[in-house]
Amino acid sequence: MMTKPFATTLDPATSLANHTGSWRTLRPVNVFKIPPCNKQCPAGENIQQWLYYAAEGDYERAWRILTENNPFPACMGRVCYHTCETKCNRGFLDESVGINSVERFLGDYALDHKLSFQKPTRETGKKVLVIGAGPAGLSAAYHLRRFGHTVHIVEQGEEPGGMMRYGIPVYRLPRSILDAEIDRIKDMGVTIECGRKVDDIIAEKQNGKYDAVVLGVGAGLSANVNIPQGDANHILTALDVLKEIETKGDIQIARRVAVYGGGNTAVDVARSLRRIGAEPIIVYRRNRDKMPASEEEMDDAIKEGIQVKWLSTIAGATKDSLKIEKMKLDETGYPQPTGEFEELPADAVILAAGQNCDLEPVKKIEGIKFEKDSVNVDSSSLMTDVPGIFAAGDMIKGDRTVTAAIGMGKHAARGVNAYLKGAKYERAAKHDEAKFEDMHPWYYSDAPKTVRPMLELARRTSTFDEVQHGLTEENAVFEAQRCLSCGNCMECDNCYGVCPDSAINKLGPGKGYEFNYDYCKGCGVCAQECPCGHIKMVPEKI
Amino acid sequence: MLEEIKFYQTGSNTVGNRLLNPSMRTIQASGDRPNTLISGHRACQGCGEALGARYAIDAAMRATGGQLIVCNATGCLEVFSTPYPESAWRLPWIHSLFGNTAAVGSGIAAAAKVRAQRHGDQTVPRVIAQGGDGGTTDIGFGPLSGMFERNDDVLYICYDNQAYMNTGVQRSSATPPSARTATTMPIGAEPGADWGKGKNVPLIAMAHGIPYVATASVADLRDLERKVEKAMSFHGARYIQVLVPCPLGWGVKSQLTVTCARLACETGFYPIFEAEYGRVTGVRKIRQQQPVLNFLKVQRRFAHLTGKKADPKVLARVQAMCDENIKSFGLLGDDDPQPAPTAVQALERAERI
Repeated sequence: MMTKPFATTLDPATSLANHTGSWRTLRPVNVFKIPPCNKQCPAGENIQQWLYYAAEGDYERAWRILTENNPFPACMGRVCYHTCETKCNRGFLDESVGINSVERFLGDYALDHKLSFQKPTRETGKKVLVIGAGPAGLSAAYHLRRFGHTVHIVEQGEEPGGMMRYGIPVYRLPRSILDAEIDRIKDMGVTIECGRKVDDIIAEKQNGKYDAVVLGVGAGLSANVNIPQGDANHILTALDVLKEIETKGDIQIARRVAVYGGGNTAVDVARSLRRIGAEPIIVYRRNRDKMPASEEEMDDAIKEGIQVKWLSTIAGATKDSLKIEKMKLDETGYPQPTGEFEELPADAVILAAGQNCDLEPVKKIEGIKFEKDSVNVDSSSLMTDVPGIFAAGDMIKGDRTVTAAIGMGKHAARGVNAYLKGAKYERAAKHDEAKFEDMHPWYYSDAPKTVRPMLELARRTSTFDEVQHGLTEENAVFEAQRCLSCGNCMECDNCYGVCPDSAINKLGPGKGYEFNYDYCKGCGVCAQECPCGHIKMVPEKI
Repeated sequence: MLEEIKFYQTGSNTVGNRLLNPSMRTIQASGDRPNTLISGHRACQGCGEALGARYAIDAAMRATGGQLIVCNATGCLEVFSTPYPESAWRLPWIHSLFGNTAAVGSGIAAAAKVRAQRHGDQTVPRVIAQGGDGGTTDIGFGPLSGMFERNDDVLYICYDNQAYMNTGVQRSSATPPSARTATTMPIGAEPGADWGKGKNVPLIAMAHGIPYVATASVADLRDLERKVEKAMSFHGARYIQVLVPCPLGWGVKSQLTVTCARLACETGFYPIFEAEYGRVTGVRKIRQQQPVLNFLKVQRRFAHLTGKKADPKVLARVQAMCDENIKSFGLLGDDDPQPAPTAVQALERAERI
């Protein structure tokens, strides 16, 4: 051994004896914040987490995480109005992440690779009846099946899918995709009985010895608008038109058609009619700013050559023309008649002024309560005032979109599960939202949003081919990698690297980091330099 | 190297990232990094110098395969890392006087060469001499200039925190104008450090025509690691000056160490460039340009420039200084730097290598 002269030679790394953690007044801790996309998603998808795995190229794991909340990624990747993207923090930086297109890529990947849902590991022996095989009913059935309950769906239509089949045009959702995703739910053991309408729900429940019922009745009735007709001008409802085009592939209708309404259904109908050679014109009472239809869909419609008559109502109809009254918006944004009229040549009118649910059988249930036209439910478990009967989808209060219905179906299933166990379902409290101010935007570089290749405009107006194409694998990974990972660790090694005291341990891929409180002096550099706001400094208890 | 990284989530700006190929991550990102300056040292909270020293020496360790000797001038770094009986270093390290580190480094380099020759060793350990700005630009300047002039095979790293922090924040010749220190109090007509004094040692080093001169900061780890590795690829005298904010001396919140260094670079206050044989060969471009006020206002040493009683003319003068840096080093845009005039010695030395 080397003999060392006193006080002039020190052994390496002997400073480890000095636990500088005792200096600390603030302590770094990891916080898990809910990204704005997750918070916004009506289906409650854990978007940030599945993008995390998609960015790594682990598509199956991403898909499994996605389908924990939503069993229809391929469908939703096509028809969801992706409000998540409007909340995306990346929007402050360049453009929001194309969440919807990555979802579609994952959905298509799962279909191509024939991924199937896991069957429940144990059967509970409880039987649940679901009425309606629309998005709410199917989602509820899927989640109930995951809990291990036996699920039977009764659907009044000829085929399952509800509004996804009879309301959404083929150019937005090819039926082969819908069928494949429904089949996957059937493969879990869910049985679907089509073509039968349940008139007496209580009797059905008792006869089938069901432990609980989930009602998932969609808004399948078009609202009527009274238009004074002179001679017989052809007046149809939007849902009838969409259903006929869906089942027969065509519809016998005049060339010049007025579509009355400003919602997504009006746009769907107009774009469908354009594809069978008609010349639809949308007549809407208010202006574009006030239009409830999705902006993207409307842009596409205008590109396809669909005309819109803003600030107009149909005051009357004759054989080949409409009497249009011009409107004007008052201070509250509500349209007021001006008394000015004009003629609009049109051979038919299609009403797309809202839809209602067929609630007649529901009204027969004793004790069930209504609020306006919606069934009254517990806001957490979605149980109606009758124990054991739950409701989801269009028939209860909330957004009438497929995504919202899927989310409600999930919560109804959880409500049923708790009810069958004799408990009450309470939704878990949400984490704080990860705001853009919590992030460190310096670390993110600019990356443009990948534009989905569009079909040629000319082709789009004559066929029912799908309008939006999916992303290639390369683009999907690119898009997923644009995620800022708001409020959750993405393993960028920044905290590990910037610690002046080497007081953060790296635990290896997928395991993250841990603070070494023996040496952490609490300077806060890690919290300051964390790109995604995952570290917070909290006062030390002294 | 940076151009190769086609990466969207966090650009090339984070320390590592799970999505990057491990070979493209920084040395600091690896789980088994050398950690030459280990925990338990007594630097203040958020010390930029401790961070900069670990970044630089770890990179040099990787570049030399662990064959590295460090000699350290007196100063904060020496004091906080080796209080008796503890040392936070994990490599051969020697403490010199305040002023002679460059000379000690030269001696060790010569001794290592002779020793290797005598023993027939294939590898000769490389030498780094390091110190703070006081030990480099003031007290150790003579030995430093001598080391450059003799072109001894030593990399000199100056951790520039712009004052004598260890003894209580006294002005050095690297202290920027108007900055408050214990010896340049914010009083009188021109408060803070004088204008028109001090020295720019990187430019002086370039004038010696040595193989490699660079400035760097703790805010751009990739840039710093690349420069240290590049410096180790040269033989002869090399000089790297790393901007290391001092939370205590600058009056910056401890968590803002890295952010403050970043602001110094992004405002043009501290130009980041590199030069070979006296010629500027590359500059780190400003990514998001900001007014110098943003850099000044996070520091109490400049509080008299940003407060209510501040003289706007002084602020304008600091901004003009930054603008001049941006212009003369070409810190904006994507173009290559303009070649600067080359010292004659540099041309002679380049031929010899």
